Amino acid sequence: MTAATDYTLAELCIVAASQAFANEGEVLATGIGVVPRLAASLAMKTSNPDLMMTDSEAWMLSEPNPLGQRPDDFVPAIESWMGFSRIFDNVWSGKRHAMLGPTQIDKFGQSNTSALGGTYEKPKTMMLGARGFPGNSISHPNSFFIPAHNTRVFMDGECDFVSSIGYNPARLPKGHSLDDVDIRLVITNLCVMDFGGPDHQIRLVSLHPGVTAEEVQENTGYPVHIPAEVPVTTAPTEEQLAVIAAMDPHNQRAYQIKDNPPGVRS
Amino acid sequence: MNKQMTAAEVVAQLEDGMTIGIGGWGPRRKPMALVREILRSNLKDLTIVAYGGAEVGMLCAAGKVKKVVFAFVSLDFIPLEPYFRQARQSGSIEVMEIDEGMMLLGLRAASWGIPFIPTEVGLGTDVINRNPDIKVIDSPYDDKEWVAMPALKLDVSLIHADRADVRGVCQIAGPDIYMDDWFARAASKTFVSCDELVDTAYFHDPAQARLVHWERSATTGVVPIPGGAHPSSCTPLYGFDIPHFKAYAASAKEETGFQGYCEKFLGASEEEYQNNVGGLDAIRNIELPTY
Repeated sequence: MTAATDYTLAELCIVAASQAFANEGEVLATGIGVVPRLAASLAMKTSNPDLMMTDSEAWMLSEPNPLGQRPDDFVPAIESWMGFSRIFDNVWSGKRHAMLGPTQIDKFGQSNTSALGGTYEKPKTMMLGARGFPGNSISHPNSFFIPAHNTRVFMDGECDFVSSIGYNPARLPKGHSLDDVDIRLVITNLCVMDFGGPDHQIRLVSLHPGVTAEEVQENTGYPVHIPAEVPVTTAPTEEQLAVIAAMDPHNQRAYQIKDNPPGVRS
Repeated sequence: MNKQMTAAEVVAQLEDGMTIGIGGWGPRRKPMALVREILRSNLKDLTIVAYGGAEVGMLCAAGKVKKVVFAFVSLDFIPLEPYFRQARQSGSIEVMEIDEGMMLLGLRAASWGIPFIPTEVGLGTDVINRNPDIKVIDSPYDDKEWVAMPALKLDVSLIHADRADVRGVCQIAGPDIYMDDWFARAASKTFVSCDELVDTAYFHDPAQARLVHWERSATTGVVPIPGGAHPSSCTPLYGFDIPHFKAYAASAKEETGFQGYCEKFLGASEEEYQNNVGGLDAIRNIELPTY
């Protein structure tokens, strides 16, 4: 394994995000968006070949599809039908790990995909809706990818609309424990975090090259648990970069983080 | 029994205040020609239950909607549905915002004639806090609390299928049926538009019959409308019309708004609509989406 020296921040994030799926065994990896999907694809091609993935439409694949337009003679490696209704059977079985990008994530790890500002009856900004977040968050592990780490995403206070359950004692359902909630990695353009701090506080796991813990804290609207030793996010290997390039032949990853910066800050 | 009818005859069976389920998913296989016939009608105060796409935005913009039951409303490649957004942000509609899977459970409960289905889904989130009508109950079997997802009973469902015969045998040949089988079962009356009307003998081939996902007793009426899902997709027959959706989304930012969109495209009939969007051949030539 040769550590690369020339890689983009998006590629660093894809490799860091693929770690979320590395030790999951035989579960459905659902990555919504370019970076999460490439992260799941990379994991399936390298660290965890037992992963399951769909074509993002209705078929389960034994090999992930490259992103974007594919050659006319391309044959997807379909292994079974996996329409939306069957997705829910899988979700509720718990054999899934989803990586998604909500608009807000609060200090409890609760997220918002629905509405911002105003009142619920008349929100200032209507977004997608709760989608499958409530069910995902109580049924199986989830990770988040945030391409622009700032205090609008990681905001002070509670989410305007709570789409997914987090580590909030005030909302804990009867008969449940906070440990039933399973939020794994939060990958951003600055760092990797999890909710492994004291009392499920958000915790810094690694810093991308050239980023400081102070910068992460300044861009997070609530206290981040910062361990004494925080490693630098592991650089991609040349092998990983080659897999990513093959999975993303149209270089959609170049458009996922503003200005497509290099992985190592100059 | 011959269930063939016209879109106008379907809309004549709808009433103000009805709860109407709409099949498909986002920009995929929506019964848009039937929706357009509602747009041309005087119907109002509808409650719409859908995995929502442009049909929800259009009905809201046309003032047909009292309430939307939804988990999302999206055109996928245009993530935020422009007219649904306007309706929410102006406070002009009521909503019941739930999880995608909760909607499936609600349709199943209605189909099975039971008042609710217990689930964990929704616990700890605002889909419960914002919906006082959705109860959280104790279990007779354990010490946990559970969401009692209520039956989503529908007066009518509208669905678009690839093929059907006049007796109501409906085929969905595309890769996903979405929750259309449950929409068909959850409704008192289900009207299905289809791209192609076929003889019953078509289904004598088991490979074709395997793509029929509910029995004909759940189908009230069949409306042959080739291209009737446009601008949504009807894979494998045609993809969704990206330029059209872009023009639709752009109209929300123009002064003439949805009225301008309707004047340009809607027409007095489906024939006029199809002429306004380039004709059936153009619809059938729209490239399939790549995911």
